[in-house]
Amino acid sequence: MSTATSSDLMVSPDPTVTAVPFNRLLRVELRKLVDTRAGFWLLISIGLITVAVIAVFLFVADPDQLTFLNFVGAAATPQSILLPVLGILAVTAEWSQRTGLVTFTLEPSRLRIAVAKLLAVTLVGLAAVVVALGVAALSNVAGMAFLDGAGTWNVGAANVRDFFALQLIGIVQGFAFGMLLMNTAAAVVLYYVLPIAWNLLFSMVDALGKVAPWLDLNTAMAPTFAQQTLNPTDWAHIAVSGTLWVLIPLAIGVTRLLHHEVKSA
Amino acid sequence: MITVEELSKRYGAYQSVDRVSFQARPGSVTGFLGPNGAGKSTTMRMMTGLTPPSGGRSTILGVPYADLPNPGRHVGVLLDASAQHAGRTGREILRLGALLMGLHRQRVEESLELVGLSDDEGDRRVGNYSLGMRQRLGIAHALLGDPQVLILDEPANGLDPAGIHWMRGLLKGFADRGGTVLLSSHLLHEIEIIADHLVVIGRGVIVADGTKADLLDAAGTLVRGLDPAALATCLDAAGLSCRRTHDGAYVVQATREQVAAATAQYGVVVTELRGADGAGLEEMFLQLTADDAREKVTA
Repeated sequence: MSTATSSDLMVSPDPTVTAVPFNRLLRVELRKLVDTRAGFWLLISIGLITVAVIAVFLFVADPDQLTFLNFVGAAATPQSILLPVLGILAVTAEWSQRTGLVTFTLEPSRLRIAVAKLLAVTLVGLAAVVVALGVAALSNVAGMAFLDGAGTWNVGAANVRDFFALQLIGIVQGFAFGMLLMNTAAAVVLYYVLPIAWNLLFSMVDALGKVAPWLDLNTAMAPTFAQQTLNPTDWAHIAVSGTLWVLIPLAIGVTRLLHHEVKSA
Repeated sequence: MITVEELSKRYGAYQSVDRVSFQARPGSVTGFLGPNGAGKSTTMRMMTGLTPPSGGRSTILGVPYADLPNPGRHVGVLLDASAQHAGRTGREILRLGALLMGLHRQRVEESLELVGLSDDEGDRRVGNYSLGMRQRLGIAHALLGDPQVLILDEPANGLDPAGIHWMRGLLKGFADRGGTVLLSSHLLHEIEIIADHLVVIGRGVIVADGTKADLLDAAGTLVRGLDPAALATCLDAAGLSCRRTHDGAYVVQATREQVAAATAQYGVVVTELRGADGAGLEEMFLQLTADDAREKVTA
């Protein structure tokens, strides 16, 4: 109230206060990803598991398998499995921990918050890929130096792009599931179980095999690891199954968020 | 300044809040009083843009909440002190708020000090806080942006009597500097201590609205006799309208002198005769509560 000497300020808003700029929303959402025990340890465990997977790979793989691309693949796997949980938690914590009451009163535009959250988890995903590339490079050097590894650096911009795409799709899918279900447990379980069940359906029913890459995101994304880069058909598969599994849940989730009543209980 | 006009919320067939209108003015503490489930929290959520109203409108400082730029700088809101991430420290929660509102970090320390949370307590995770500490943290969060208006839902819940008096001092100071305070409670005595102005809600409808002094004075005279039936007959014969309280006394819409004259005239023995001092308000409040309460208040 230090500035509220004029009686105007008691009945109308302080005109010197301006809207919250987007970069502040983004910084807050980024910080919220790492300032809780759940978020912090999730990131730490992704790091530790990545190192462990690389170490195992160094010792079990044949020397001619010790290439940069393979190391990137090994490093990216634990991330692609665990990072979506970060995407889920970014949204569901607002409901499970009921922090939404504060979040949505400090910034009434829920769409701005949703975009800030999505951008925040996306940035973490990008950072994870950068870390994976760094760890893979170090491992490749170590493989050459100590284990007589092939040490090939045959990674092009296309490979890097594919790995980025893979991580981002996973994170955004987790985010979308979190937004759609507004519940951590349900979102985590469905995020992992639904694709497995779906995948099983396509692998058991032969007639469905052909359409699998169009409808099953995991099948669509599988070539990222199996072949050098994704070809146009792969991208078409990812676009269609991604719409089904990522964009549609995201659209419904955002709509739900915009109209949902924020309550404490 | 808070203005609520004809605010309504309907859930299916259930009318949770029914055309509620009231004002909370600058320079005073307005108590929003009502039993559990009366619609207080729903009204407050509609005022802060969390719950879309079925009808009506509300403004804060003349502006709908959602149109306030950086609302935390104008309105301090505490809707549920326990609605914080259990894994964050108190200080971290305030830092997030300060970061979002664009405040200097020093403001976090000032706010912690203002509500009496020590350095050490600020570094503890909220999951380990008592309800009283959470309320203090929630008030610190509400005050963080140096707002002109405070909206607090059951802020005294979980505070000990000393804490309630501390809060009265804090909110009174805030109002004395020209601020507007709206706080809810389901406890009449709690709100009597803190508020100057009362808005009473029951079953989604405003049933009383006035200054504390007005509502307490409007209650008339309380009289109790050895023979309640004879007392009732006598008051009736004297043409004084009265209402029986839950413990057998009568609240009469008349002065003490009028009641004394009537009982003397009819020779009824009186054991207690005094200004009702809020007994009317308490009766009304008990009645509101009793309608929904599990245990009936026996008349």
